[in-house]
Amino acid sequence: MATITFIQHDGTSRDIPLTEGTSLMQLARDNRVPGIDGDCGGACACGTCHVIIDREWLAAVGPRNAEEKQMLELTPDVQPGSRLACQIQTTGALDGLRVHLPEHQM
Amino acid sequence: MNTRTLLPTTLNPTLRRLAEQAITKAQATIPIPLQIKGAHLFLKAKQRALKQARVRPPVETPLPPVEQLALTEIDVSNPFLFRQGLWQSYFKRLRDEAPVHYQPNSPFGPYWSVTRYDDILAVDKNHAVFSAEPFIVMGDPPEGLGVEMFIAMDPPRHDAQRKAVQDVVAPKNLQDMEALIRSRVRDVLDSLPEDQPFDWVPTVSIELTARMLATLLDFPYEQRHKLVYWSDLAAGSAEATGGTADTDETFIGVADMASHFTRLWHDKAARRAAGEKPGFDLISLMQGNDDTKDLVKRPMEFLGNLALLIVGGNDTTRNSMSAGVLALNRYPEEMAKLRADPGLIPNMVSEIIRWQTPLAYMRRMATCDTMLGGQFIRKGDKVMMWYASGNRDERKFANPDAFLIDRDNARQHMSFGYGVHRCMGNRLAELQLKILWEELLPRFSTIEVIGEPERVQSNLVRGYASMMVRVKRAK
Repeated sequence: MATITFIQHDGTSRDIPLTEGTSLMQLARDNRVPGIDGDCGGACACGTCHVIIDREWLAAVGPRNAEEKQMLELTPDVQPGSRLACQIQTTGALDGLRVHLPEHQM
Repeated sequence: MNTRTLLPTTLNPTLRRLAEQAITKAQATIPIPLQIKGAHLFLKAKQRALKQARVRPPVETPLPPVEQLALTEIDVSNPFLFRQGLWQSYFKRLRDEAPVHYQPNSPFGPYWSVTRYDDILAVDKNHAVFSAEPFIVMGDPPEGLGVEMFIAMDPPRHDAQRKAVQDVVAPKNLQDMEALIRSRVRDVLDSLPEDQPFDWVPTVSIELTARMLATLLDFPYEQRHKLVYWSDLAAGSAEATGGTADTDETFIGVADMASHFTRLWHDKAARRAAGEKPGFDLISLMQGNDDTKDLVKRPMEFLGNLALLIVGGNDTTRNSMSAGVLALNRYPEEMAKLRADPGLIPNMVSEIIRWQTPLAYMRRMATCDTMLGGQFIRKGDKVMMWYASGNRDERKFANPDAFLIDRDNARQHMSFGYGVHRCMGNRLAELQLKILWEELLPRFSTIEVIGEPERVQSNLVRGYASMMVRVKRAK
């Protein structure tokens, strides 16, 4: 079974079955992964689905888009692998992806 | 001082630049309170010379039901709409019949109203086309009081200033604050009179927000009520929001605020220079950041950003603290739900903020010709994003006028705004409200609102001036 691993800031992790054709934010919310708020419902407008992607996965996930960059600019604790989960579409190519959650959402 | 508003518009560009440089230099060397007084005198002299009428606070008259108006006559800038209980019907009509609506004749000048959730979101996200400059209130503030704040700046200037101060209310700073907030809430609630009416607004809502502000600003605690007074002046301008603040009183208040904060700044700078470890308050953060460490030399930005933090942390939380009590009285079945499951408090906090929408709108200016909802908006047009209406949009929220503490999408309210200007104090606001309700519930068996609260006169602030309440302690 294809999975995505969400790793909380305290190090605990959970494997979530990968559903294709949704967003990483929605997948996390649907599976009640704590630490992802998604207050704007996926419009790239609130910055509360901040995640950090493992370096080796950055190429597969793709670069930040312009709107996302703007929101991440204002996010505390932004890191090179930072993305907004609502802007990442889930595909079969992401099987095995490791996603880290920040300590807080803004 | 907003240099542009002081200079004649006919000045040629070179002269204008030189004059602006001279004013900026003067700002850096003349003490700020004297500058404010100077602007006040200048404004009065100009009004005398040009025989301009002073702006007087608007006078309340009963407004007609919206059904009696033609679409073109609807003017939602009226500061009495909320107070007279008509705002829901006015905005519903606009959402249904003219979701992007133009009103050419208002006391605040011509403006567009955007009233549906999705359209507001689109405008809020598009800062390139819809600029937050120069002001986010409906009318322009009194001449000479055009302070500059980053809520009314576009990127990249906005980003640099916001980043310098946002840590003061960032989640990681909040962990340290939680215990302090809780002890203060307990202190205030324990001293409430039992079984006799008292005014909830000054006793609880204002008191708690004033204490919080004094902490964030490291302002002398015993003088904390000055912060509330200044905030009310800043948000209550007749010119800007249709409020009741008198222009002369506002100038005097702003000069007083400037002198207090300039002193506080220099005092902190001197202690830092002497090797004292800087605190985690707003001014210390500004002094520790390259983009803002000389902000005191740019007085209108300095004052503007302090005023922003004070107003931002004052009216909003204060009125949400009152609104929760009112809403649970209006919807007793929700109070029963809450008593049965206090785990609903976090979601209820979002629902309170949605239901109340303490700030009705933010303003934008179109930077180019553009289309929105089928309407042609011209460069330079004023565009109001009515969050209060978006939060009651039936297209987004089922049964939108009802207060439902377990509403599944309550968190998607737009009271914090969206995009780069999204409220940076949102987590602190939620924390304060959460703690208030965690402490209220076990302490009191009834929290009863007596009569109708008195609502604030403003087209921006949706708040309560007074609300009588009686409480009974839990046995």
